[in-house]
Amino acid sequence: MDRSESLRAGAVRGITFFPWQAYLAALVFIAVLYWLFPGNLLFLTRVAILALLVMSLDLVTGYAGLPTLGHAALFGMGAYGAALCAKHLTGDPLLGLAVASGSGALLALVSGLFLVRYQGLAFLMLTIAVVQVMQNIASKLQSITGGDDGLSGFEVAPVFGRFEFDMFGVTGYWYSMILLLLSFIVLQRIMSSPFGLSCVGIRENRDRMSANGTRIYPQLVKLYVIAGAFAGLAGGISAQVNQIVGLDSMGFELSAEALVMLVLGGTGNLVGAIVGTALFSGIHHFAATANPFHWLFVIGGLLMIVVFLPKGALQLVARRLAGRVLSLFGRHA
Amino acid sequence: MLQLSNILIDGVVYGMVLFVISVGLSVTMGLMRFINLAHGAFAMAGGYLAAWLIREQGFPFFAGLALAIAATMALAAVLEAFVFRRLYARTELQQVLFTIGFTFFFIASVNFLAGAYIQQIPLPAWLQGSITLGARTLPTQRVLVAAMGLGVVLLLWLLIVRTRFGIWLRASVDNSAMSSSLGINIRLVQCATFAFGAGLAALGGVLGAELMPLEPYYPLKYLVLMLVVVAVGGLGSVSGTLCAALLLGIVDTASKYLASGFGNFFFYAAMILLLALRPHGILRRR
Repeated sequence: MDRSESLRAGAVRGITFFPWQAYLAALVFIAVLYWLFPGNLLFLTRVAILALLVMSLDLVTGYAGLPTLGHAALFGMGAYGAALCAKHLTGDPLLGLAVASGSGALLALVSGLFLVRYQGLAFLMLTIAVVQVMQNIASKLQSITGGDDGLSGFEVAPVFGRFEFDMFGVTGYWYSMILLLLSFIVLQRIMSSPFGLSCVGIRENRDRMSANGTRIYPQLVKLYVIAGAFAGLAGGISAQVNQIVGLDSMGFELSAEALVMLVLGGTGNLVGAIVGTALFSGIHHFAATANPFHWLFVIGGLLMIVVFLPKGALQLVARRLAGRVLSLFGRHA
Repeated sequence: MLQLSNILIDGVVYGMVLFVISVGLSVTMGLMRFINLAHGAFAMAGGYLAAWLIREQGFPFFAGLALAIAATMALAAVLEAFVFRRLYARTELQQVLFTIGFTFFFIASVNFLAGAYIQQIPLPAWLQGSITLGARTLPTQRVLVAAMGLGVVLLLWLLIVRTRFGIWLRASVDNSAMSSSLGINIRLVQCATFAFGAGLAALGGVLGAELMPLEPYYPLKYLVLMLVVVAVGGLGSVSGTLCAALLLGIVDTASKYLASGFGNFFFYAAMILLLALRPHGILRRR
């Protein structure tokens, strides 16, 4: 567990691309998880899907510094897109993902053109409004989306015509994990490109970036669309693996949970998004089975502690570990 | 015509409740730049304390209400002095996280202490009937809520415009560093404002108990509502919050009467429109 996580953590510090060993280690890690927890594949699949959503949220909140509580609108759009595609067009999962990603990006474009004009509280409130409006529309269009009952009864064809989605979630596990890894690689590339760095610059100092000649508004719209595409992708995977889309996949609660996960792992850092999701889901999995209110005690206490922890305490620990592991490969962390 | 007046009356009553609950949040956010998502917890604390005092301990309605508000204010003052004060200098995200964590913790504690069912606040006999005003008959409780809402507006106006504390408060909202160097005790203003806002929230929690039932998830369920009112009204603006609360209350009530199938659609659509036109508050042109 430590090995691949901390390898990834080690690569975050200023190294723009990862050594291929890290990706290999991640693949090994995915296989080891599969081998260690054969009974929890559905849970692990959910973690992978949420991690993808949280990484996408990280682009907007972590990199560009715009806290949003409406990210589930993009996720839900992708989920409904993939489900409707499977129901009416084709059962091919990869085509479905393209549709999901496209619909997430489309909603991000339409809402982003309006949203990213604002900052701070106004932006936060407008994103809440967008997710609520979208949820109400989805609930009202019962003939298309199934309303409160959720959208189900669509068939997803086997991946590459070979791997059928089985009830034990084996295919779903590999499907979502591989897609998470691929998305991570792509997003890592995007965010360490000049474009990604300019988004960080916008977060740090808008006026200065503007004086440097960066056009803030188009950059932010572009970033929001990219985030929308990946949130839609996560929604699409969720729809295909679970074979049902509920109204809650477009809800305010999912958005808020995603934000909490992101902050637990650390913002502005894609590895943090994955670690935070795993941490949150893990605690949720064990605490909530006992009593949902115990869960609130735990997460509430955890959130309060995170704020008062000295800055970078978790990162320091991760860095130490990463240094040890990297030295095994003969590298200096 | 009857429907229109129904919508207006219910909308105004609802708006008054929204105003009383949210105005404290608006002032703390404007004054301290502190995003306090735990504000709903104070409304719930007031409601639960009032329910406990009146139902279990046999206090008369108004005595229980006053005690509950006083206790909530004391709780808020203590929390402000020891905990929340340390968050003022933090980033928005950290404030949001801490206060939402606090809210979760509060929900779990309340559930642990009082159970997961809805708390009823028993009304005295003279509040249960209805009252005839001109051509209309209205439930007395609604009239009381509207009257107390107006009372709060008047009280706040007097406090802010007519007292020395009001001068300090306005000066601190405009520029806290400058006010501090002019000898205003900023810490006192902050703490008193926070406690006073929490007290108003407690009052709103009790008055609005019929419209917003008191249950453990109360602070999360109505949090977004409060934030919408504050954001539309503009941070730190009492009159803006009043306008926003009345307007949104009427819109929400109208959409419930006329288009119930759409859920909250019109409420949020109205909010998007208002925020897009006036991102700094409904009464501020900039």
